[in-house]
Amino acid sequence: MTTTSGSADSNDPIIGDPIIEAHDVGVKPAALGGDLLVVDDLHVSFRTPRGDVHAVRGLSFTLQRGRTLGIVGESGSGKSVTAKAVMGLLPKSGVTKTGTVRYDGADISDLSQEGFRKLWGTEMAMVFQDPMTSLNPVMKIGKQITESLQIKLGMDRADARETAIQLLNAVKIPAPEKRFSEYPGKLSGGMRQRVVIAMALACGPKLLFADEPTTALDVTVQAQILDLLAEQQRDRFMGMLLVTHDLGVVAGRADDIAVMYAGRVVEKAPARSLFHHLQHHYTAALLNSIPKVEYPSHTRLQAIGGRPPDMVHPPKGCSFAPRCGFATDLCVEVEPELVEHPANPGHYFACHHPVSTAVSLTATAMNGAI
Amino acid sequence: MAGSGTIHLRDESLIRVENLVVEFSVKGTKAKVKAVSNISFDIAEGETLGLVGESGCGKSTTGRAIMQLPRPTSGTVAFNGTVLTDLKGEALRAMRPQMQMIFQDPISSLNPRRTVHAIVGEPLKIWSKGSPAEQAAKVDEVLEAVGVDPRMARVRRPHEYSGGQCQRISIARAVVTDPKVIICDEPVSALDVSVQAQIPNLLEDMKQRYGLTLAFIAHDLAVVKNISDNVAVMYLGKMCEVGAPDEIYNTPAHPYTRALISSIPMPDPDVALDTSQRLVGELPSPLDPPSGCRFRTRCPLAQDICAQVEPQLTAVGKRHFVACHFPLITPVSIST
Repeated sequence: MTTTSGSADSNDPIIGDPIIEAHDVGVKPAALGGDLLVVDDLHVSFRTPRGDVHAVRGLSFTLQRGRTLGIVGESGSGKSVTAKAVMGLLPKSGVTKTGTVRYDGADISDLSQEGFRKLWGTEMAMVFQDPMTSLNPVMKIGKQITESLQIKLGMDRADARETAIQLLNAVKIPAPEKRFSEYPGKLSGGMRQRVVIAMALACGPKLLFADEPTTALDVTVQAQILDLLAEQQRDRFMGMLLVTHDLGVVAGRADDIAVMYAGRVVEKAPARSLFHHLQHHYTAALLNSIPKVEYPSHTRLQAIGGRPPDMVHPPKGCSFAPRCGFATDLCVEVEPELVEHPANPGHYFACHHPVSTAVSLTATAMNGAI
Repeated sequence: MAGSGTIHLRDESLIRVENLVVEFSVKGTKAKVKAVSNISFDIAEGETLGLVGESGCGKSTTGRAIMQLPRPTSGTVAFNGTVLTDLKGEALRAMRPQMQMIFQDPISSLNPRRTVHAIVGEPLKIWSKGSPAEQAAKVDEVLEAVGVDPRMARVRRPHEYSGGQCQRISIARAVVTDPKVIICDEPVSALDVSVQAQIPNLLEDMKQRYGLTLAFIAHDLAVVKNISDNVAVMYLGKMCEVGAPDEIYNTPAHPYTRALISSIPMPDPDVALDTSQRLVGELPSPLDPPSGCRFRTRCPLAQDICAQVEPQLTAVGKRHFVACHFPLITPVSIST
């Protein structure tokens, strides 16, 4: 499954069979992981008649092999733009991109279209939001999968067909031989998303982007698709970037979660720590806005008032301050830095008045600032 | 899922739907899509009925059938004692201002070329309700009520508003004719979680302010539970379970309801992902639904009888009914 590719050709010694063996005997993936994707200070802006829209403003994160990073945020927070920037899918004109993106040790920030072409499919692949529009309606399902197998991996038709049927089987599509020669129109939304996942997995990528993969689907189908993605990610030991607006979707499925607001990460932590020790009021607001089944009916829901800032003129201080109930003059004036929680290593947040003020260190830092 | 039967209907109700059947013919064949097959339900005045189920279960068709859009194949829909299914032409049209709809996609359900003020005022113009000045005042009032600035609405068009605001505008347009009933067809599905919460809150406010009765159609169970006084779970054109939301969610009686509830994503990493109740397989074709109980092909509890006999709705609680041969909680006698 693993194939070499131009610029991302890795000299990392830990790729190959030893990992798989180690994985099988239950060693934690992170231990053998190593960094697969390192994004450092990424800025993306789009030129518009109104001025530059600063969609992503100084984003940094690291994704290790075999781990899942959940990126959570509202529409317009820059989460999809981030995924597209890393994959080299941004339009050529009218876009300014700075910062570095390292994939598998190699710097791919300034890679050409041709360079990315070598990475797509074999190294990194993407599952898009809408399965209705991401498949070609006039091409048979089988052909859409075998195409990349033949072009990227140089398989002959018979091999490609066999592999495609195995893939359809792996994503749990019933009667894969029959589906192979049908058109996407015959399938339900959930089944189409399975086909899209099969296409993404076809050339054995090491990094999978799932951009709102279940937003267009029903709850029951959503659960199935998320299970499938998690299973494939585990079995193939891929790094996965799961982009969503729903904290409920990433809760049990991401190892780490980054919460984005107005083009920046406002909180970043291992999943458990994020939910148990959340620090940023935006994360708290997002969590509170989810209707809970445990609550009796007619419980008033806590919507987040206001709307995200205009990204042509992002606010000077904390971008969430205008909607935050705890904001002070300090928040309006000074942009908070992303700092590590003193008691929870690995838990970062950018807030002047974090939710748990019980931690003395942050409290003193706060007093000093005021 | 068979879900026929009328045991759960009450004496007093604003909307009463009995033995509703909606079928669509397929071009060039004799086959019929059995979208809704013999369901009954009622909505009391001032109540909210939540209709839940997967895509293709017939919940939207049911909502539209109440509006007579299109007319049901058979069965009756009564509104405030008037049998809508018997009305024709002008008599039916005269009922329309009392029943309004809100649709899933707030952007595409508003005309992009008109100002928001004109869009919301259109129903008043159509029904010639009051003078132009009175109409404008009424539009201002409802826009204010949904939290959209009426002055800006005179110059702005839908694309200048966010999805959540467009849904507010749709709600304003629905309440402007002072309707008694609003059918909300997946009003939050197209919105972000952070914005979604505004809509049920707003609908609750509107309900208080204008004395509305609602039918709320959605596949998101948590939202439905939050807003409803009564919940009806549908599967492939049939009713599985009807009852008070807290009862249905705490003690689901139908295996399908249980599966639906277990697939709600929990925003808590410590809640172990319970995949044991996951639904497997695909929704069968509504062209040729399974015999007996329609859920039997995916039901973990199915037995021979499920293929032969269609289960009828039976009481499992005071306001809790289920159509299942092997309900998860024991049926009770209705007199208790």
